[in-house]
Amino acid sequence: MTSILTNLFDGVAYGMLLFVLACGLAVTLGLMNFVNLAHGAFAMAGGYVCMVLVNRMGWPFFAALPLAFVSSAAIGIVLERTLYRHLYARSHLDQVLFTIGLTFMSVAAVDYIQGSSRVFINLPAALQGQFDVFGVGIGRYRLMIIVICGLLTIALQMVLAKTRFGSRLRAAVDDPRAASGLGINVPQVFAFTFAFGCGLAGLGGALSAEILGLDPYFPLKFMIYFLIVVTVGGSSSITGPFLASLLLGIGDVAGKYYVPKMGPFVIYTIMIVILIWRPNGLFGRTAAR
Amino acid sequence: MSASSDVGHHAQRQARWHYGEVAFWLVVLACGFVFPTRYLIMTDILRLALFAMSLDLILGYAGIVSLGHAAFFGVGAYAAGLLALHGIVNEPVLALIAAGLAAMVLGFATSFLVIRGVDLTRLMVTLGIALLLEALAERFSNITGGTDGLQGIEMQPILGQIPFDMFGKAGFFYSLAVLFLLFLFARRVVHSPFGLSLRAIKNNPLRAAAIGIPVNRRLIAIYTLAAFYAGVAGALFTQTTAIASLDVFAFERSADLMLVLVIGGTGYLYGGLIGAVIFRMLQEVFSTITPQYWQFWIGLVLVVIVLVGRQRLHRWVLYVPNLVIRQIAGRKAVVVPESEA
Repeated sequence: MTSILTNLFDGVAYGMLLFVLACGLAVTLGLMNFVNLAHGAFAMAGGYVCMVLVNRMGWPFFAALPLAFVSSAAIGIVLERTLYRHLYARSHLDQVLFTIGLTFMSVAAVDYIQGSSRVFINLPAALQGQFDVFGVGIGRYRLMIIVICGLLTIALQMVLAKTRFGSRLRAAVDDPRAASGLGINVPQVFAFTFAFGCGLAGLGGALSAEILGLDPYFPLKFMIYFLIVVTVGGSSSITGPFLASLLLGIGDVAGKYYVPKMGPFVIYTIMIVILIWRPNGLFGRTAAR
Repeated sequence: MSASSDVGHHAQRQARWHYGEVAFWLVVLACGFVFPTRYLIMTDILRLALFAMSLDLILGYAGIVSLGHAAFFGVGAYAAGLLALHGIVNEPVLALIAAGLAAMVLGFATSFLVIRGVDLTRLMVTLGIALLLEALAERFSNITGGTDGLQGIEMQPILGQIPFDMFGKAGFFYSLAVLFLLFLFARRVVHSPFGLSLRAIKNNPLRAAAIGIPVNRRLIAIYTLAAFYAGVAGALFTQTTAIASLDVFAFERSADLMLVLVIGGTGYLYGGLIGAVIFRMLQEVFSTITPQYWQFWIGLVLVVIVLVGRQRLHRWVLYVPNLVIRQIAGRKAVVVPESEA
């Protein structure tokens, strides 16, 4: 019984992490219909920035996290303004090729700068170990992830639902042409959202170093996970990807614990079945385009 | 002349063999005699060319974007490896066909999943299938050898006559023969009414359906055929290298394949062949400059190609050959890629 609860807890933490990592991709795909396979590269960038700050320069972990966000967002906005925006109108094939190219470059570049082995971020002592709540083992680090990612999710939902920017973004998602006709600067909204999504990915990358493992192949290894979150969750709202991430996180942890021999097999099968059953995602609706 | 016979006339003229094509194959054959020390790399190029041609069939002619074409390559590779290892089918040519058929069965089964949905769903499903097979191959390590791969494969002589030699000479000419035969068949297919209907589907599926083309059935057919080609390419890989390891399913293989086609151009069959040559040469150059980080440069090439624009790039590349041919023969070049994917 307690092992089930512990697994559930780990799965939720994992899922929350995936959500923070992938929700930027949901916006990119949903808003501009842009297939960004290089999304994991931004996450990796954030992770490595955090690692360098904490391990080499002795920054406290919690001070390095915002910087991971900022640096990934900065890389994101630079790439968006210089490269990505030329490709919005292109075919999916071009976008795929371009972002695969970027991914390869990021993998080799990080390999060159930091070496190919897995890196760890030195955690403060307060985050290590676990404590028991009614016999259920709760990892401190995972608890922190759930708290941070939970707060982020609520904040995101509030921003999307209550603020002016949120309504602009939703308008742009629903119908970019009509939105720009109403005077909404759609490219600007997108650039900002893209950068924010990259920042979130960077933050997620920094947080995930402990759980998912951080090495130069991160963008390739987890690309499929991000894509699963987005395609299964649909990209029309934030709740879809959120539920999909939780499902994926819990499913993956449980799968690895109870049927370790099947490995990632379960996840891929579920994804293919869902995509066949509902091509627009579990919680998605038919795209306007 | 009526419209329909005009179309037929045009299609027939397109289907005719050009001098350039004959010259191309003669050059390829000549390479086999000119560079006797380079059989291994040339065999590698031929394999890649066949694999790329397979993707070209679905991407260039039917417009199906696939990120998981390595799935069929891998199935072909393992099928050929297992057949040889357990001595089920000893004769390489038969094993090749059997491996191709195994991939073809998988292609037929998965084609129903792939024809559903739009580009993005297709990308995901094809990628998912390749990853699934990789996970399966790792899971059933008692059959596939797991991460060690299949080892100790001993190939019997081709057709019972020609043994594989250690310099790869037999392997090269064997691969060349297979590539040429399959190329002939592919050429026949794409110039047939069936091939023309595929192009119609690629340009506009809705309109194609409206003029009476059974869109889904055609897509299933070409996807299955492409799977056969990829399976044969995979089987050639196992037969000429005598190993099959998990990386035959790797995502990088599918991604590299995309690059090959992008370099060579899609929709005229030679794209895969030319792209394979250029890709391998690029890879050689990059890995001599930076042995460990050649992937960076490959990535850069992809990014630059997309940013410059594939069509524009091909116009530049073909500028000189076109000029020469126009001067000499007084007509347009033979190697003109048609509409891009």
